[in-house]
Amino acid sequence: MNELLTPAVFAIQSRYNGQVSEFRDEVTLLVPAEKIIAATTTLRDEFDFDMLSAETAVDYCPQTTPRFHMVYIFYSTKTHQYITFRAPLNGDNPSIATMETVYPNANWREREIWDLMGIRFEGHSDLRRLLLPPNWEGHPLRKDYPLGYEEVQYTFNFDDIDLRKPKGVR
Amino acid sequence: MREIQEFTLDELKHLFTPQAITGETMVLNMGPQHPSTHGVLRLILELDGEIVLNCVPDIGYLHTGIEKNMEAKTYQKAEVLTDRMDYMYTMGNNLVYCLAVEKLTELKSPARADAIRVILLELSRLQSHLLWIGTSALDLGAMSVFLYAMREREMILDIFELVSGQRMMTTYIRPGGLWRDVPAEFNDAVKQIVDIFPKRIDTYEALLTKNPLFMDRTKGIGKIDTKTALAWDVTGPTLRATGMAHDIRKANPYCGYEQYDFEIPTQTTGDIYGRYKVRVEEMRQSVRIVEQALNKLPFGPVRDNNPKFVPPPRSEIGVSMEALIHHFKLWTEGFTPPVGSVYSTIESPRGEMGLFLESDGSPKPYRVHYRTPSVPLLQIMPILSKGCFVADLIGIIGSIDIVLGDTDR
Amino acid sequence: MGLEQKLGNTGVVTTTLENAVNWSRTNSMWPMLFGLACCAIEMMAAQAANYDMSRFGMELMRASPRQSDLMIVAGRVSQKMAPVLRNLYDQMPDPKWVIAMGDCAACGGVYNNYAVLQGVDEIVPVDIYVAGCPPRPEGLINGVVALHNKIKSERFAKWK
Ligand code: SF4
Repeated sequence: MNELLTPAVFAIQSRYNGQVSEFRDEVTLLVPAEKIIAATTTLRDEFDFDMLSAETAVDYCPQTTPRFHMVYIFYSTKTHQYITFRAPLNGDNPSIATMETVYPNANWREREIWDLMGIRFEGHSDLRRLLLPPNWEGHPLRKDYPLGYEEVQYTFNFDDIDLRKPKGVR
Repeated sequence: MREIQEFTLDELKHLFTPQAITGETMVLNMGPQHPSTHGVLRLILELDGEIVLNCVPDIGYLHTGIEKNMEAKTYQKAEVLTDRMDYMYTMGNNLVYCLAVEKLTELKSPARADAIRVILLELSRLQSHLLWIGTSALDLGAMSVFLYAMREREMILDIFELVSGQRMMTTYIRPGGLWRDVPAEFNDAVKQIVDIFPKRIDTYEALLTKNPLFMDRTKGIGKIDTKTALAWDVTGPTLRATGMAHDIRKANPYCGYEQYDFEIPTQTTGDIYGRYKVRVEEMRQSVRIVEQALNKLPFGPVRDNNPKFVPPPRSEIGVSMEALIHHFKLWTEGFTPPVGSVYSTIESPRGEMGLFLESDGSPKPYRVHYRTPSVPLLQIMPILSKGCFVADLIGIIGSIDIVLGDTDR
Repeated sequence: MGLEQKLGNTGVVTTTLENAVNWSRTNSMWPMLFGLACCAIEMMAAQAANYDMSRFGMELMRASPRQSDLMIVAGRVSQKMAPVLRNLYDQMPDPKWVIAMGDCAACGGVYNNYAVLQGVDEIVPVDIYVAGCPPRPEGLINGVVALHNKIKSERFAKWK
């Protein structure tokens, strides 16, 4: 682990009982979901991690505890280091506190996660779908959502499928 | 087919002033089909006469499901989709993906491959900036810059075609190195660009930098300061125009960028003009990097030789049984990296581009997430455009250089 | 242009109405300025100096659907964009034509997923498909010329 990261990792580990893991020189801290806001505030105020570089989620379906991991990647423009936080979330309709109060740019990133993953953010100022139309059903990036697949037309079933295909008319 | 889904004012009332509901101010829709929104961006504006009070961007008209689609492909096949995301910096999309896969599988790209990558990346940056200078000047009414910039852009695309056979969607950078070595004509073609480009950049500057009309429409408009920019995660030229010299190429170098001598141009004004100056200077620096990389282009292989992850050269397949087996396995099953997640970043012409890649040990990526620079840039549109005129809004959209494929993915 | 040699002294040319109408339609076709994705960049390249679509009378891009006859669907059409695209098509005055530029517009291209329309022909009738991802500017120009030829061979009886 880079020595620039050690104090921050140590602090989060001891104060918010984060679990440290390292993979390919990248430090990941597993922080309980209810402590994530306190932990990130500490990270920002005491250790100069001034940017929320990325925020996303991973779905571990069919596993349910935890089903999701929220992933936050922070960057410090002073030390040029990245650090990753993960917060486990249980169940099919999970929710977590919004990061917007700490890093304002989380606004759209969380809207995107709500849209594509279906994780609710408590206290979010504008939780609408970001990318898909507002009347869309389901959350496509979940593992149990089908990719969507067009049937391939071969010679033997060309006409069958052609009948079913939508056609634009004038 | 779905119906068009309209927002009601009620749904959006927390984003507008109370006067919008009573009708004292006007709510106007702009886009998604509008000539100067640089793609399919939709803005919902609240106007008081000519003045923009609030601006609510509505994106997703180009949502392509690339992240989901990549999960259904093997690592080699998924790379093809990355090209089509930020379509102005295709080489960079490939690179950030390859860096992540290389980190995951502990591949190492050889020195020659790194140098060629740097040359191609800087050429990509140049062509992206060229298109930007053309279109954003076109938005402000300067037609001829567009024609000149597109002329030079074709020269760069010719080089891409030379090395990869495609003008835009190259997929030339592969995990572990490059698809193949560059052809013999490559050096001369790049040399030609290095020779003529500084003069051509002077031409654009002569058309714009001191042009009073251009200055009137850009100076002091669309301002942002460093603190706000950092809080909203804005990177790239928009951040540098506020006076902060932050560049991933210097801060967290990749592909051997630390060997090259270049500067990070900054401006302190934070307005459209500042961004313009930063980008023009960046073009000059890119030419410098290309020149240095070309002058000390090392010889050697262009691919790692780990046969578990990198396909063997074509010539070996005919003579070596083992190579044939590896080739067959790689293109039918794919390779299986260890379990874990990595994050890699590069500096794209718009800012920091990152890729979060998680592997579950199968030949397909488990989760791919692109952290794209255009999302924060669009997100600060309400801040940039507050209190400006509608006509200036066009200039602001042009100046932050968004690519809608990059925001919507 | 060759025409004046046929004029003779009287200044009269005889032709069929079909020919005259089709000729005027092909030579003053106004495409709509409408770019969706990557292919739009190649469409811009086709209009710029090196390829110069104005050689075919196509340089006047109209920003409004009400003034245009040709819609070049340059890029992938997402589910959110599809109704908007149809709306634009409906606003165009007759006669109107559609070119599906690129694999995405033709058949969904490399994306076979929930978000992308599998070919723009599902919502609007397409006259010419241009293959490629993205098609080269020459490819687009070829498509435009093919459309011109198609229009030149149109018959009165088939007019809608
Ligand atoms: S056909 Fe290719 S270049 Fe064109 S929009 Fe689709 S992905 Fe982009």
